[in-house]
Amino acid sequence: MQGIPLIFEKTKTGKEGFRLSPLEVPKVDLSETLGEDIVRDEVNLPEVSELDVIRHYTELSRMNFGVDNGFYPLGSCTMKYNPKINEEVAAMPGFTELHPYAPEEISQGTLEVMYDTQNLLAEITGMDNFTLQPAAGAHGELTGILIIKKYLEHKGEKRTKIIVPDSAHGTNPASASHGGFDIIKVKSDSEGLVDIEALKELVNEDVAALMLTNPNTLGLFEKNIFEISKILHEKGALLYYDGANLNAVMGIVRPGDMGFDVVHLNLHKTFSTPHGGGGPGSGAVGVKAFLRDFLPKPLAAQKGQMYYLDYDIPHSIGKIHGFYGNLGVVLKAYAYIKSLGAKGLKEASEIATLNASYLLKKIEDMFEVPEDILFKHEFVVSCNNWKEKFGVRALDVAKRLLDYGFHPPTIYFPLIVDEALMVEPTETESKDTLDAFADALRKIYQEAKEGPDFLKSAPHDTPVRRVDEVKAAREMKLIYEG
Amino acid sequence: MRFISHAPSEIEEMLETLSIPGVKSLFDDVPNDVKLARDMNLPRPLSEVELKRELLEISKKNKAADYVNFIGAGAYDHHVPAVVKAMVSRSEFYTSYTPYQAERSQGTLAAIFEYQTMIAKLTGMDVVNASIYDGASSLGEAISMACNIKKKNKVVLSGSIHPEYVATAKTYGFGAEIDVVPSSYTTSYETDWKQVEGLIDGKTAALVISMPNFFGVLEDVKQAQEITRKKGIMLIVSANPVSLGLLKPPSDYGADIVVGEGQPLGNPLNFGGPYLGFMGTKSQFVRRMPGRIVGETVDTDGKRAFVLTLQAREQHIRREKATSNICSNQALNALASTIYLSYLGKKGLNDVAYHSHANARYFIDEAKKSGNVKIINPKVFNEVVVEVGDLDKKYQEALDHKILPGLKLDRFFPKEKNKLMVAFTEKRTKQEIQKLLELLGVS
Ligand SMILES: Cc1ncc(COP(=O)(O)O)c(C=O)c1O
Repeated sequence: MQGIPLIFEKTKTGKEGFRLSPLEVPKVDLSETLGEDIVRDEVNLPEVSELDVIRHYTELSRMNFGVDNGFYPLGSCTMKYNPKINEEVAAMPGFTELHPYAPEEISQGTLEVMYDTQNLLAEITGMDNFTLQPAAGAHGELTGILIIKKYLEHKGEKRTKIIVPDSAHGTNPASASHGGFDIIKVKSDSEGLVDIEALKELVNEDVAALMLTNPNTLGLFEKNIFEISKILHEKGALLYYDGANLNAVMGIVRPGDMGFDVVHLNLHKTFSTPHGGGGPGSGAVGVKAFLRDFLPKPLAAQKGQMYYLDYDIPHSIGKIHGFYGNLGVVLKAYAYIKSLGAKGLKEASEIATLNASYLLKKIEDMFEVPEDILFKHEFVVSCNNWKEKFGVRALDVAKRLLDYGFHPPTIYFPLIVDEALMVEPTETESKDTLDAFADALRKIYQEAKEGPDFLKSAPHDTPVRRVDEVKAAREMKLIYEG
Repeated sequence: MRFISHAPSEIEEMLETLSIPGVKSLFDDVPNDVKLARDMNLPRPLSEVELKRELLEISKKNKAADYVNFIGAGAYDHHVPAVVKAMVSRSEFYTSYTPYQAERSQGTLAAIFEYQTMIAKLTGMDVVNASIYDGASSLGEAISMACNIKKKNKVVLSGSIHPEYVATAKTYGFGAEIDVVPSSYTTSYETDWKQVEGLIDGKTAALVISMPNFFGVLEDVKQAQEITRKKGIMLIVSANPVSLGLLKPPSDYGADIVVGEGQPLGNPLNFGGPYLGFMGTKSQFVRRMPGRIVGETVDTDGKRAFVLTLQAREQHIRREKATSNICSNQALNALASTIYLSYLGKKGLNDVAYHSHANARYFIDEAKKSGNVKIINPKVFNEVVVEVGDLDKKYQEALDHKILPGLKLDRFFPKEKNKLMVAFTEKRTKQEIQKLLELLGVS
């Protein structure tokens, strides 16, 4: 059966979409100008008309689901509404047509935005200096880890270990290990917070840093943060903040004030820039002043009335991106901060937390949930009871939610919760939407009671039915072979 | 506040449901002494009208749109067709995220599969990932990958690679504890193959070359093939994807990994980002490749469908043992490139490459007629270094005429005084090129 279409199947020899104006300059003999042995035969790309292209990608887009289509409570990803004005701003030709090596005097606009954004993010997080160069959260993590490595090297210290909680996102250990560190795991206590006693035992002169998300990936505020900070700093280790969950605490508590030395933000989460089907994001990194000289080059700076790129960063880790980062994304985040201001950002965090708390209240009776815990902007429940009682797993619940027109929550993360559903509604969702989602879960709960089969074979009402992941991995058809 | 969907009465109802007096109670677990006791010091909120006015003002401080652009050096001013803009503006694409839920993400998944296929065809590689952050970081990832495969910890870089790629590769190398050793370039802006060969030793995993190289020059790729084969090391090629409309794919000269900057394929300049790094390799190395990969499969009805696959390489499963830490990539930019390549197709990409090259050749041939400037190596694709006496003055004159004449090489190589690197795309007209020649003193 045919299934999802591909552009290659629309191709007909001789069809043309795009056409250039006639060549104005003299023709060239490629075998002479390039060399006979390097000129290739044609590239086997599609041959389709302009309308073919439009119809095909419009059709594909309709098989997708974005925030504009409906509720997308994908935990840890902050799928809030992406304001349209930000798209309009970022598409202004003054911004889009600027070459990264254009002289500074004609790049003042973008440099101003960079400089301002560095400072705005510093104020929001309580850090001293920001780089906008990292292109996503994980890229920011690697940048932050390398800053720490370079700093320690500069101090003449050889510390080889980085601690991550067992609840941490996979990028944390991966980034630290790609930064050349060994990873040690610190366990969570019964509440889901970093186990302080276990941490104390792990921290010694070999430890470079602890990477922490706060609120953590369970949606809980690490309330012992001062003590954690003290444990690390007393042994000369640093504290790294994974800013994936900053959306819970803007204007309420700042990583810089909690004792964090290095912070990465995900502008594509907290600051409303669209996720693009998996990027582009932006993983801006902030540091305390003592680490400023280790940031990647260049930083945006100001002298008199002029903005410029400052390459004078004495112990810089160098470059982490070919140019200056995902500035088109930075622009959208800048516009967002400008739209909301201090009060608006704080309210966003408050309402994000209210939405999560309210939704949890509406559905908690159906799941295994820790008692008497104050979640922040997201919460994690377990479908263990569904598995035991009905033979239905978190995956099945997720797939069935698709039939009800919702994007499912994050599933099976964090790893320390069995059958986890991680739900992050964000502040932009209405009460009606939350109620409808809770109702859908309740209907699914009923369906589960009636027997697992219907849920095991979900989704039933999507562009394709449940896909065979095992076959994909086994057969490894990774390109179209015609 | 804006972008919140609650009526005030609904907030009251929700607080009632939670039996709390106000939202502040939800933060009772945050110790008071860590809380911010003041308002954040940020500018006042702007209405949409104000915001648009203010940002339009700021955008105009970039004079970019008023200038004819001859700067390249890794980011090229190709035309971005309206079709591409229209399709990536569909919010089903841009407001979605990584296609974890395949059944409702077939649009993104099918497009990535098409992307993988088209980049594979361009580069001649067997498998391609869903994108890396940009060209330079994809090189950074490639050197880690090669060192893992070879279980070695050194790579040798040709001296004619983009200096910012070298810098980025060094940073990745600093993390992964890989010795990143650049060689120098020759006076004709080519790889110094002798030196390269001398730098390769028993610890070396790979040689990296760029084609065309940073200076626009087409390298003698046979040399790279021979040296890497002789030494038993991997060949990593950083390629300009538009050039592959005319040039043989790197697979033809023995590349094991091909990376590059995908920006020229339908992505605007945007002061350096968001772009996309592409990466392809041979099928035997697929399990060592970083990043997301989409595979074809079927659904329970037996219909063709697509899904993220080989995830056991990735951070969310393998954590510290993952092939890379990458999570979000540059999906929307990869989508733009996919649509661009579909739309241009076989003939269109060839035409864009050909026109860009022909424009460069026209500039070279005209420049050669004059004694005032010197072309150092004319064997180029779309970019060429020209020696111009009194460059700073002429550069300023060009700016006065609303022309960005190119990149002054001494930005990266202080000894390269009076050298201008000029890039050509299909967008440049004969008249613009003539004007540039005139401003450089060729008439
Ligand atoms: C807690 C956490 N940290 C880090 C990341 C990585 O961010 P990115 O995908 O932008 O690289 C994520 C992404 O989902 C996350 O949830």
